[in-house]
Amino acid sequence: MAFPCLVTIAVLLKQVPDTTAKISVSGGRVDESAVSKWSMSPYDEYALEAALQLKEAGGGDIIAITCGPARASKMLTDAAAVGADTLIHIQDNGVTDSTHVQSLLAAAVKKSGSDVVLCGKQAADTNGGSTGPGVSYLIGAACVGMVSEVSAEGDGFVALRASPTGNERVAVSRPCLFTFDKGTTELRRPNVRGIMMAKKKQAETVTPEDLGVTIGASSVSLQSHLPPPVKPPGQKFDGADSVATVVAKLRDEANVI
Amino acid sequence: MDVTIIAETTADDLHPVTSQLVGAAIAIGGTPTVLCPGGTGAATAASIKGVAKVIGVEGDCFGTFDSSAWAAALNPLASDGVILAASAPSGREVAAQIAAMRGIPILQDAIGLEAGITVTRSIYSGKAIETVTVSAPCALTVRPNAFEAAGDGGNADVSTVNQSSDVGVAVREAIAKASERLDVAEADIIISGGRGMGDPSNFAHLYEVADVIGAAVGASRAAVDTWGEIPHSMQVGQTGKTVNPSLYIAVGISGAIQHLAGMRSSKFIVAINKDPDAPIFGVADYGIVSTWEEALPVLKEELSSLLSN
Ligand SMILES: Cc1cc2nc3c(=O)[nH]c(=O)nc-3n(C[C@H](O)[C@H](O)[C@H](O)COP(=O)(O)OP(=O)(O)OC[C@H]3O[C@@H](n4cnc5c(N)ncnc54)[C@H](O)[C@@H]3O)c2cc1C
Ligand SMILES: Nc1ncnc2c1ncn2[C@@H]1O[C@H](COP(=O)(O)O)[C@@H](O)[C@H]1O
Repeated sequence: MAFPCLVTIAVLLKQVPDTTAKISVSGGRVDESAVSKWSMSPYDEYALEAALQLKEAGGGDIIAITCGPARASKMLTDAAAVGADTLIHIQDNGVTDSTHVQSLLAAAVKKSGSDVVLCGKQAADTNGGSTGPGVSYLIGAACVGMVSEVSAEGDGFVALRASPTGNERVAVSRPCLFTFDKGTTELRRPNVRGIMMAKKKQAETVTPEDLGVTIGASSVSLQSHLPPPVKPPGQKFDGADSVATVVAKLRDEANVI
Repeated sequence: MDVTIIAETTADDLHPVTSQLVGAAIAIGGTPTVLCPGGTGAATAASIKGVAKVIGVEGDCFGTFDSSAWAAALNPLASDGVILAASAPSGREVAAQIAAMRGIPILQDAIGLEAGITVTRSIYSGKAIETVTVSAPCALTVRPNAFEAAGDGGNADVSTVNQSSDVGVAVREAIAKASERLDVAEADIIISGGRGMGDPSNFAHLYEVADVIGAAVGASRAAVDTWGEIPHSMQVGQTGKTVNPSLYIAVGISGAIQHLAGMRSSKFIVAINKDPDAPIFGVADYGIVSTWEEALPVLKEELSSLLSN
């Protein structure tokens, strides 16, 4: 066996409004029921792709874990269609506090027995970026952020991550967690066989109680959602001759140069 | 209220955003202590107006970026109130780790903060703005350029503490950026090109304008994906960088929603596009309907003469 230790690879996947979906706000709240399409958060797709490549190279099982409402099971099925082996759906009763999501996900990872975790660097809805580092602390794993490639090496991993001066190739041993930036490879699309197999695959549904996690009170409370501030309509000019006018306005009206 | 600022540093000094963090700390009525990872920039931090105390945290772990190790070394020196860091890759990760260690909530990438503590953030890729309240203890990161810098004139006490932690990440190889140019995430003026530039070699025209005004050059995803010469580090948008400059000039970029997600909060937006119906004009303060071939030489000319006066 080439990689005796690659037993399970956990991927944390979140379902979010598709990037093309319109977000409407009514009564100070985003109206989730008006979202036309829900998808896997974009960076999570790269985490899943990297997990599939690790599996192809060295074997192992992929456990896809999500915490979310019932609609999120569709995303788990999508993950199964490209090759996720086991699906865990943690039932979410509307958690808003970063610490709660992290405890639930960390408990599910621990239960899965996995010692390598892949997730997105940031979810497209929360724009947070806290979950990966938080979960890594809770499971006692090293955290490598902003990764675009990862491969197994001996008993550990080598990853390519962004650094202030470019990129760095780093080595890390288990247990470890990687947060994914946009990867360098194409994402695979499910084939017909994958889709048929995925339809038969049942997600295991777990509750916070099953995981032994008590969701306490939170000091974070949502006041309002608002649409982004509408800018006054811009001014439009025709032809390259107008460039001089615009440059003058940048100096005199906008004061930016 | 005690506010512990995790300084954002460059290779050998403080990153200017740290002064904005001090501004943010004061905006929420806090008394800021600045922790400088690796001791970097401690003297600069002491000269920021309003800083109460600076602690240079020296330890071997600060030689490599490992958020778990950095957080473990910094955490014991942070006080119980608010942990504040920059919404930059390292700041976000370290703050999230410290929050997890303490079991306190974290809110990332605040674009507004008021005493209380009221936090404003952009969510759903900029398609909505969220306002939440949170009380100390908590961790917050703030978006660069969202807060006024605190200015200098401070004279805080500097102490040095030796504190390290085990590093689990080993750097094998550093791969330098393709160019030594200004990064879009740090620039106050950005000029970005899209697929409409026709060919990656035409980005040279963008660089010429950028050199005149000290701008960074960015790109749309279509430009990055189509041409290998344009690195992903230049990509602005939902799966690229979120930028917040004073001036963003979009050239040959249609203005897809995912591109807007990364740049719509720029203070002023100029769009140059030959298609009068391009969606980018919907967010542009000043739109120029023209080909870049015609517009960019004039733009360079006008900016040069304006700046030489
Ligand atoms: C999940 C997801 C994430 C994404 N993330 C990002 C992201 O982070 N960033 C991003 O940018 N995109 C992103 N995209 C892609 C996005 O949807 C668009 O495809 C992309 O932004 C288009 O790039 P573009 O405007 O350069 O190209 P095009 O849409 O092809 O537009 C080219 C424009 O150039 C104009 N033009 C052509 N010739 C000239 C000329 N000679 N002079 C002047 N103008 C000219 C045309 O009128 C046109 O408007 C994402 C998409 C998805 C699905
Ligand atoms: N509810 C969730 N279920 C599964 N994974 C999640 C969840 N929330 C966050 N994650 C993972 O953590 C990453 C960062 O999320 P966030 O901290 O919300 O920006 C996401 O890209 C996911 O990989």
